[in-house]
Amino acid sequence: MPGYSGFRILTEGLRGNSGWKPAWRKAAPKPSYDVIVVGGGGHGLATAFYLASEHGITNVAVLERGLIGQGNTGRNTTIVRSNYMLPENNNFYEHSLKLWEGLEQSLNYNVMMSQRGVINLFHNEAQKNAALRRGNSMRLNGIDAEILDRDGVKAMCPIVDVDNGRYPVMGGLLQRRGGTARHDAVAWGFAHAADARGVDIVEHCEVTGMIIEGGAIQGVRTTRGEIRAPKVGLAVAGSTSTLTAMAGFDVPIETHLLQAFVSEGLKPLIDCVVTFGAGHFYVSQSDKGGLVFGGGLDGYPSYGQRGTLPTAEHVYSAGVSMIPALGRLRGLRSWAGVMDMTPDGSPYICKTPVQGLYMTAGWCYGGFKATPGSGWCHAWTIAKDAPHRLNAAHTLDRFREGRMLDERGNGPFFWAQ
Amino acid sequence: MLRIPCPHCGARDEVEFIYRGDATVTRPGPDGDVGAFHDYLYLRRNPRGWQVEWWQHNGGCRTFLKVLRHTVTHEVRAVATATETLEVPGA
Amino acid sequence: MSQRFRLPSGGHVDRSKRLSFTFDGRAYDGHHGDTLAAALLANGVRLVGRSFKYHRPRGIFSAGAEEPNALVELRDGARREPNTRATVAELFDGLAATSQNHRGSLAFDWMAVNGLLAPWLGAGFYYKTFMWPASFWERVYEPMIRKAAGLGRASGLPDPDHYEAAHAHCDVLVVGAGAAGLAAARAAGATGARVILAEQDFLLGGDLLNEPGLEVWRQESIAALEAMPEVTLLPRTTVFGFYDQGVLGAVERVADHLPQPPAHTARQRYWTIRAKEVVLATGAHERIIAFPGNDRPGVMLAGAARTYARRYGVRAGETAALFATQDAAYDAAFALAEAGTRIAAIIDPRGDSAAMQRAREAGFTVKPGCVVTGTVGGNALRGVEIGAVGSGGRGDAVPADVLMVSGGWNPAVHLASMSGSALSWDEALLAFVPGAASQHERSAGACRGVNGIGAAAADGAAAGQAAAVAAGFAAAPAITLPEAPAPDHRPYELWEVKGRGKAFVDIQDDVTANDIRLAHREGYSHIEHAKRYTTHAMGTDQGKVGGLVGAAVLAEAREEPVAKVGLPRFRPYTSPVAWGAIAGGEVGQHFQPVRRTALHGVHEALGAVWMDAGIWKRPAYYPKAGDADAWASVKREARAVRERVGVCDVSTLGKIVVEGPDAATFLDRVYANTFSTLQVGRARYGLMLREDGIVFDDGTTTRLGHDRFFVTTTTAQAGPVMQHLEFHLASAWPDLDVSLASVTDQWAAMSIAGPKAREVVAAVVTGLDVSNEAFPFMAVADCLATGVPARLFRISFSGELAYEIAMPAGYAAQVWRAVLAAGAPHGIEPYGVEALGLLRIEKGHVAGSELNGQTTAQDLGLGRMLKKKGDFIGRVLAQRPGMTDPSRPRLVGLRSVDPARQIRAGCHLIVDGRSQGWISSATQSVVDPGWIGLGLLRDGETHIGSVIVAANPLMGEEVPVKVVSPHGYDAENLRVRA
Repeated sequence: MPGYSGFRILTEGLRGNSGWKPAWRKAAPKPSYDVIVVGGGGHGLATAFYLASEHGITNVAVLERGLIGQGNTGRNTTIVRSNYMLPENNNFYEHSLKLWEGLEQSLNYNVMMSQRGVINLFHNEAQKNAALRRGNSMRLNGIDAEILDRDGVKAMCPIVDVDNGRYPVMGGLLQRRGGTARHDAVAWGFAHAADARGVDIVEHCEVTGMIIEGGAIQGVRTTRGEIRAPKVGLAVAGSTSTLTAMAGFDVPIETHLLQAFVSEGLKPLIDCVVTFGAGHFYVSQSDKGGLVFGGGLDGYPSYGQRGTLPTAEHVYSAGVSMIPALGRLRGLRSWAGVMDMTPDGSPYICKTPVQGLYMTAGWCYGGFKATPGSGWCHAWTIAKDAPHRLNAAHTLDRFREGRMLDERGNGPFFWAQ
Repeated sequence: MLRIPCPHCGARDEVEFIYRGDATVTRPGPDGDVGAFHDYLYLRRNPRGWQVEWWQHNGGCRTFLKVLRHTVTHEVRAVATATETLEVPGA
Repeated sequence: MSQRFRLPSGGHVDRSKRLSFTFDGRAYDGHHGDTLAAALLANGVRLVGRSFKYHRPRGIFSAGAEEPNALVELRDGARREPNTRATVAELFDGLAATSQNHRGSLAFDWMAVNGLLAPWLGAGFYYKTFMWPASFWERVYEPMIRKAAGLGRASGLPDPDHYEAAHAHCDVLVVGAGAAGLAAARAAGATGARVILAEQDFLLGGDLLNEPGLEVWRQESIAALEAMPEVTLLPRTTVFGFYDQGVLGAVERVADHLPQPPAHTARQRYWTIRAKEVVLATGAHERIIAFPGNDRPGVMLAGAARTYARRYGVRAGETAALFATQDAAYDAAFALAEAGTRIAAIIDPRGDSAAMQRAREAGFTVKPGCVVTGTVGGNALRGVEIGAVGSGGRGDAVPADVLMVSGGWNPAVHLASMSGSALSWDEALLAFVPGAASQHERSAGACRGVNGIGAAAADGAAAGQAAAVAAGFAAAPAITLPEAPAPDHRPYELWEVKGRGKAFVDIQDDVTANDIRLAHREGYSHIEHAKRYTTHAMGTDQGKVGGLVGAAVLAEAREEPVAKVGLPRFRPYTSPVAWGAIAGGEVGQHFQPVRRTALHGVHEALGAVWMDAGIWKRPAYYPKAGDADAWASVKREARAVRERVGVCDVSTLGKIVVEGPDAATFLDRVYANTFSTLQVGRARYGLMLREDGIVFDDGTTTRLGHDRFFVTTTTAQAGPVMQHLEFHLASAWPDLDVSLASVTDQWAAMSIAGPKAREVVAAVVTGLDVSNEAFPFMAVADCLATGVPARLFRISFSGELAYEIAMPAGYAAQVWRAVLAAGAPHGIEPYGVEALGLLRIEKGHVAGSELNGQTTAQDLGLGRMLKKKGDFIGRVLAQRPGMTDPSRPRLVGLRSVDPARQIRAGCHLIVDGRSQGWISSATQSVVDPGWIGLGLLRDGETHIGSVIVAANPLMGEEVPVKVVSPHGYDAENLRVRA
């Protein structure tokens, strides 16, 4: 089918937009594939896309229990950045960010990646020192980072009350190449591009069991029958523990909920992504005009996709404290996603105890920005049966070895990451 | 809003409590090796359903309680003290 | 002419009270009891806004919270509220409103050119273009889109009003005070139950306000409720969400109907309501029909036109047409006719019905088997085109300036759905109704499809009584219920009239039926995908009037029943809520409480510069006249300690009493080193690990008695350490007989440090021989300080001879003053946290920036503290290979080669061109002037003596530093023992 372009918009518009075809086929599952990817969210679809585009493996099925892009891909706050401290993390996220930068062209789909800048505010010496250590780590790894003082923050984001009464802003760590993207479009774009390369995207196909013989995966049982493959990759945030239990092992994951919010649509008010350093709060403005904002976890395990009021109160309070002009605006909608939290806050992109079974999991609440990088590294790991150097440290075994990737030193507490 | 019936203080809002992890794992004794401590600290069943959890009534009597709670509906069905045992329904 | 559409009498407005207001700068008046929308209509104002994408002219569409179109910027200056629904904004004298989302004037918006580009601006067009060249997205396309998108303008100024939070518990919460809600509240209240009745409107009654014949019952019901002491009435209160376990959130608009809140009055009040039982009586929303031009100003919901006539005494126009699919909508025609509006035509796709016969009898022109095929007009409706059902094409035009539309009624199931109740499809109503309850809630009246006021009231009374009984109350005698005939509300199934021109399913976001079909054609066929692809039902009204219509259009495209297509999930909020209301009072300086030590006032009097340590305020330093800058003050204070004596408030350290027969055993298990061997009256430095073997905290712990210890923690970890101890006592060792008590707030403490510290302490303390022999390093004893009971510790953080005196917090100021007086001859100086940091860095003591949750005992040079025998927290996992890896970064001291060049915490340490560590703490030395620091460096030991680079590329700095032992100052520890 012809690709998307301004010219095509023009010609289709002239003939009543009747010539558009589905962005991806509604494939039925075949009995076997070279690779099965379980999970039709951003990470699973990206895995399939990179298997096809980077490794020439196109006999691939993406099995999705419901609809593509309806898990965390469709319920996050759309932030993209690579401002991590540990080299194992910042190199990975930087690779992901570089993939984002060319994603429209790779996918022939506008995911509206917008490099508006991400500022993390700091309010005291200790926070400033941590920001310096992190920003310098980024710079030494070739990643853009800038340190702003109070006036720099004010110039970049004038609506922030840098002199707020409780925690005045001392400065901020800025990554200009960070920004936002249109979350749903990421799933649709990867689906569109993977489908164009021959990948079967099978919606409404729930995995109910793993076929394992002699310690090696042979395929999966699904609500649409058995499907065989010598390699299976899991990309099922929020269901990771359920799927690994089917494969016979537990993983270091506890699933928590994170709320997010959007305001009514407004004319441009906030141009970049800002995070408050004195409370859990961050905000950006979507192209449609809504302020998209959120905070920290509710603090207890949940698969409920539904939060409670106390966390929301903190988020709103922190918001008005940072930006007093928010007080008269209105929250339109709130929702919650389920986060697979790990004991060090870093993810897994790795092989598993079952031969031929791979996973990308444990993304805590940082999974959206990782979407292309996670898919890219997961595809590599599946194709080569070995991790790429970018994800070599992101194993399940790192806790047995004492090689945690704990960015902030919060310790082995899933809910504190 | 979760409401948790503290056996000492009565039903209270979630803001008075702090979740402190899966209560079905037990700290290995002095003979525990790295494997045993690894499993205790890191591996989780992480059920989609009923789970027994530690919650501290930190804004009240500060007692650590075992709470039987559903991870999808958030229903709190039973609360016990640290030395009591809570059975998971259907398990 | 003023208010030329106002009727001379009738309704719930007070014509004796004239209120003036402006809209887009023009002055009008209305009456007390009006909404802004009612007052605009009374003045003949039709055009009130522009649509989101195509900037089409839009008018007032509804008379309630479901309004998609009439969004205005209300008030001005810092109180400007964008996107305010004119249909719920209460009119007040002096109200100023402005239309939004247009460039040029409201009547001539040049952005309306977008309408001509519509063939190319359909659903999701942006996903398929704007990709070339790549750099143009941020620079050209996106700024254009952002400027065009959005609706109203935020003021950008701090909100001058304040908000408050309220908490309530009740037996029965009734949401909605229409006939069902009033009856439910009365029935529940009659049992003696505690009842809250919340109503979003400023008047109670719902549809009763449109029924003059039932006014007596409405007033009688309100009077009855007001007379019940256990019933709380909350008008102007929107219940926005139904959360777990019977908790609902609501916002009460306390002062939005006034020009500004009176002094000391909140603008809005945010309620958290914990209800044993909930009765949802939230009514129903009338829905639109998709037909070409269904958005033109003058097209409105039939029920809205009826409400303007009956409740507000306002004719929505001179000549009206009604387009309805069921009998329940016909009362709108009668209401408008009574108000003097000419009824040009009633268009109904059905063949015949009771209401159609009544309409004919009343002399109206009824067009059975017909539909509206289009509308005529520009910024206002001039005529309605009528054609036979299924005829296609454009029909004959009938002049009309109001078109009342009713496609049926959608029960307002939002709260029921949020509570977890599944929805079920009602084939007769062609709408979703609540299914089985999953929480303690029940729906009553129109929100579960019950038709008519009489039936709704009866349903409400039954629900109210059942709720009270479920909450444990005995049923009370029945209340009197209103009698009212109910025209049939079951609609003919008509979602869309196909034809040329835009037929909207989401009027606010400009989503047309064709957009829905395009989404389906492109594979976005599930309602969740279609919603996200087209933005259907994502506006401020969240699809209340058109959401189901869009779903039905999709169902037709999919060739499936609407029930199977379903609706997107309902989530909070039922209506948008003010940010400030949820934030409440915890904003600005009240965002978090401030914790002050008992000596706060003393520091203030000394002119301390404050710093935040968590939520604590601590003195950073005490500037004095003559200090050139902050560093001069800090160094002066540190020098006083090194050379003479200083005093520092250390009250913020955490303090925990550990008591019981097993106290020593317990401490041996929670500390990496041993405490059971500690003598009574002695203190010992302790190191605590997390279970993963990473250092958690440090501090000195004292044995006060055989079974009684006094643990101190760092300021930051006081709470976490207490919880850590409590957790392990409960979960791992419930057999140990130990009790824990936090006494951080009860005891104030100050450190007296420096070569002259003993003289000062001796002058303040009585009942204790403080000589080096009688009271050596690490000794602890009770004593009197200025005559009050105190405890003296001989411990040191600065590396000098030092004591810590702790006393009940209330006496801290008196002891502090005595210390300063006793120290005056020795040149004592109070010193702050900055000098404290300088001193400990010189001495090589680790603190928070080294105990950062990433370091092991070995990393910090404390590996030898780990006891070899016995279990303790962190013992096993500290032995993992990654934790004992000799190449891990280790603690080193650092010194800038050029004493004038600053090094900073956060610099990376570069060896052979690669980052091998970082600087964790940095300061200026007073012992050997120049910049020094502590850092963690791979193979740190091996680099001692060599010069490496401290790199800070963020600030363009590269400073050569010499790696030295961290314990450069008084390495033999002679001074602390002096």
